[in-house]
Amino acid sequence: MSRHTADVVIVGGGLIGVWTAFFLARRKQRVVLIEKGVVGAQSSGTNFGNLRLQGRFPGQYPLSLRSQALWEEIEALIGEDCEFAQTGHLYLAYDDEERAKLEGYAQVSESHGLTIERLGPSDLRKRWPWLSEQAVAATFSARDATANPRLVTPAVARAARALGVTIIENACVTDVERSSGGFSVKTADGAHWSSSALVNAAGAWAVAIAERFGETAPIIPAGPPQFVTEPFPYLVEPSIQSVDGSVIFRQIPRGNIILAGYPRTAADPVNHRAPVPPAKTLAAMRALARVAPILAQCHVIRVWSGIEGYLPDMIPVIGPSLTMPGLFHAFGFCGHGFQIGPGVGLCLSEMIVEGATSTPLEPFSIGRFRESVAVSEKFRKEFDGA
Amino acid sequence: MAEIVVVGAGPAGINATERLCAHGHRVVLVDEGRQAGGQGYRRPSPGLDLDMAALMGTEAGKYEALHARFARLLPLIDYRPQTLVWAVEDNMLHVVQAGVASTLRFDVLVLATGAMDKVAPFPGWTLPGVFTLGGAQVALKDQGCLIGRRVAFLGSSPLLALAAAQYRKLGCEIVAIADTTPFASKLAALPALAQSPRTLWRGLSYLAGAMLAGVPVLHGVTPVEVVGDGHVEALILRDRRGRERHFSCDAIALGYGLKPETQLAELAGATLRFDEAFRLWLPQCDADGRAAPGLYLAGDGAAIGGADAAEASGGLVAMAVLADLGESVDERARLELRRRLARLRGFQKGLAKAFTWPVAQIRALPDEVMLCRCEEVRIGEVRQAMAQQLGPVEINRVKAMTRCGMGRCQGRVCGPALQEIVAGAAGVAGEQAGRLRAQAPVKPIALCVAGEAP
Ligand SMILES: Cc1cc2nc3c(=O)[nH]c(=O)nc-3n(C[C@H](O)[C@H](O)[C@H](O)COP(=O)(O)OP(=O)(O)OC[C@H]3O[C@@H](n4cnc5c(N)ncnc54)[C@H](O)[C@@H]3O)c2cc1C
Ligand SMILES: Cc1cc2nc3c(=O)[nH]c(=O)nc-3n(C[C@H](O)[C@H](O)[C@H](O)COP(=O)(O)OP(=O)(O)OC[C@H]3O[C@@H](n4cnc5c(N)ncnc54)[C@H](O)[C@@H]3O)c2cc1C
Repeated sequence: MSRHTADVVIVGGGLIGVWTAFFLARRKQRVVLIEKGVVGAQSSGTNFGNLRLQGRFPGQYPLSLRSQALWEEIEALIGEDCEFAQTGHLYLAYDDEERAKLEGYAQVSESHGLTIERLGPSDLRKRWPWLSEQAVAATFSARDATANPRLVTPAVARAARALGVTIIENACVTDVERSSGGFSVKTADGAHWSSSALVNAAGAWAVAIAERFGETAPIIPAGPPQFVTEPFPYLVEPSIQSVDGSVIFRQIPRGNIILAGYPRTAADPVNHRAPVPPAKTLAAMRALARVAPILAQCHVIRVWSGIEGYLPDMIPVIGPSLTMPGLFHAFGFCGHGFQIGPGVGLCLSEMIVEGATSTPLEPFSIGRFRESVAVSEKFRKEFDGA
Repeated sequence: MAEIVVVGAGPAGINATERLCAHGHRVVLVDEGRQAGGQGYRRPSPGLDLDMAALMGTEAGKYEALHARFARLLPLIDYRPQTLVWAVEDNMLHVVQAGVASTLRFDVLVLATGAMDKVAPFPGWTLPGVFTLGGAQVALKDQGCLIGRRVAFLGSSPLLALAAAQYRKLGCEIVAIADTTPFASKLAALPALAQSPRTLWRGLSYLAGAMLAGVPVLHGVTPVEVVGDGHVEALILRDRRGRERHFSCDAIALGYGLKPETQLAELAGATLRFDEAFRLWLPQCDADGRAAPGLYLAGDGAAIGGADAAEASGGLVAMAVLADLGESVDERARLELRRRLARLRGFQKGLAKAFTWPVAQIRALPDEVMLCRCEEVRIGEVRQAMAQQLGPVEINRVKAMTRCGMGRCQGRVCGPALQEIVAGAAGVAGEQAGRLRAQAPVKPIALCVAGEAP
């Protein structure tokens, strides 16, 4: 059995794992990242690619904004282009209740310094004349962006490797223990690592690691179904979302329209399957045609989903373990980990190396599951009774 | 009574339906096409006066017989033409008919979805005027049109000579029939081909006819390039002696045999396995066509075998269904069909040996060649993505990184060549490159078919 030592071992080569590795390496840590498959193939590589700032959990804005600043300089940071584009995000409301919800979101965003435009039906018609006339109000945030999720994680992993991170693919962590000397991590192929810190960034599989140290969280593996159409003349610049959660879509410059539909569907993390029921494909198609009737003749060519961890309050777990010093959790990103990924990596690296981060992360403590947490309205609405 | 749905109204599906009907079952027969007949026995567009007897030649009798049988069957079945099955989930087919999506429940599903052309790219293959071989036949049978007046037939397939003969009958000039496989591999396959002397004879007679008419027939060629300014003007090949040959023409029919349409089978629960002879991922089934509980596969969609094998396997599948439903079947007839099918499929294995997929030629293609037409991905982009650190080594990851296979056809066209490029660049066997998994919709569907919320 081969034995190696490192300062930090990271379990999981998704976006969270690679960004954490990258920022730790910049802080001169000897880092090993272990991934059971290949880097970026799970939820980090299958997601919609939205970097949305509007309508987030209020307690997440400091982290989210810190993250967006990193996205805005991603090419300089990692030396590769990941199709980052600041195209803005348009939220649509179809009745007064939804309008009020948008206004609430807008005020939270503004309190964190974002600029939110409010649009009425006539502004919408002027700016995007092909939108259906049913929307009664909308908000637009120009700073919201998108990037190509299929490219990002491997690119960050390459940047981390260039800084000295050891990346091991096709190695599943089967055992983690803590002894006086630190953490001991074993993989299925018999390799053995020891380190003084351990990062649990194992996505939908992360609770298995937490439970080894007497902590848990009620994680549900699921994924929002995603769809893509054939290319259509370029028309849709921003990401557009119905605030009722029925559809979100964007267009890539090549012309394909990418859309996501809700509710989310349970996924099978054991067999690595995230099937999309045909009825959801039809529902998403209807929802898109309602928002943009001009697309009625456009064909859906492919569907997919991913396997992601969801928690009932729709808020991730980020921060130190409460039972095991040196262990840090970062999982359960509930459909919005792409945007905050770089920020999470940065904050974790600060916590691990400097002992603290200036970004408030208290709302994300795993400790909240010691009592039963309130189930969020979003969770109730956007899940299939999973 | 069990609800039986048959997908595909080619010889396999029609034969299965006929036999199930004869046992008193009510069958729903679903087909994407406008008219029954499938690919090989396709009928001309209504109102088009085409001499099908002349076109079908020695197969005219079978063609007439199949359509006559279908006409007699029609009043007894629930036939749904122009109906695309785009997804299977549990015991439900999701279909689009006349622009409206709906579902169709089944207890027993017989898939007789046939095949499509297998093609390999080469420089210039995306130039207008290059058609697939099957596409050239569809233009002929469906519309009575030729793809050009001076046509070159290129690839590796017994259908090259057949299609060329059909084109010649309609007055087209055949500038060449060029096969990438050396003549020696055809000779080596003769013993297997002799299992079906009639078909072998038919194939040889097409070639002989072409040669007598002075058509150049070449073996062991390497496609070099299609040249033309906005449209095919010539085909350049390297012959087996290494000489460059130039054939001026206005169209090219390109085909390397057929590729089963397996997406529905995969979605319905069939297991796929890489077949070395065909170098394709094929669904697994037993000798009678059972692929999973309640799932039966017949015809070219199960294993490439041609029209006669499709008919035989349709009959066998129907017997398997009947037997599994607890009904008695004529055991002697069943044994006879099994024997017949084994012989015909044995012949097809022989064909796969005689007309091989040019693995080495594909792996050696230059970087600039367009691999994925839908997404416009060149071979070099795939190789480059694979060569970088932490780059993809498996076909689905290659698709994710390069978009190759992500377009309208979902890799149905570029899949086999992509498989070779990936395996070649990764230095692994074809099988280890992995498999593009099927996803519904198996073919593109328009947003408007979803209609308003119920
Ligand atoms: C379909 C879909 C659409 C989405 N859209 C968006 C969006 O538009 N915007 C947004 O911000 N977010 C979006 N998300 C959410 C976002 O993708 C995720 O929150 C984020 O990718 C999570 O990253 P991660 O690193 O935690 O998880 P993952 O990417 O899942 O990575 C975890 C990794 O850990 C590995 N692993 C697990 N166990 C072990 C073990 N024992 N040993 C070794 N390795 C192990 C896994 O193989 C996996 O690669 C979406 C998610 C999905 C599924
Ligand atoms: C383009 C083409 C041309 C050919 N021409 C000849 C020829 O001239 N002579 C010859 O001997 N052989 C020809 N062949 C070979 C021919 O396929 C077989 O010999 C024979 O037709 C196989 O019969 P089958 O019943 O298995 O499938 P097919 O005859 O191919 O019938 C399959 C049917 O299934 C339908 N189908 C498939 N998928 C779906 C779906 N998702 N939803 C609904 N319906 C679906 C198709 O529309 C088709 O009607 C050709 C093959 C192709 C692909």
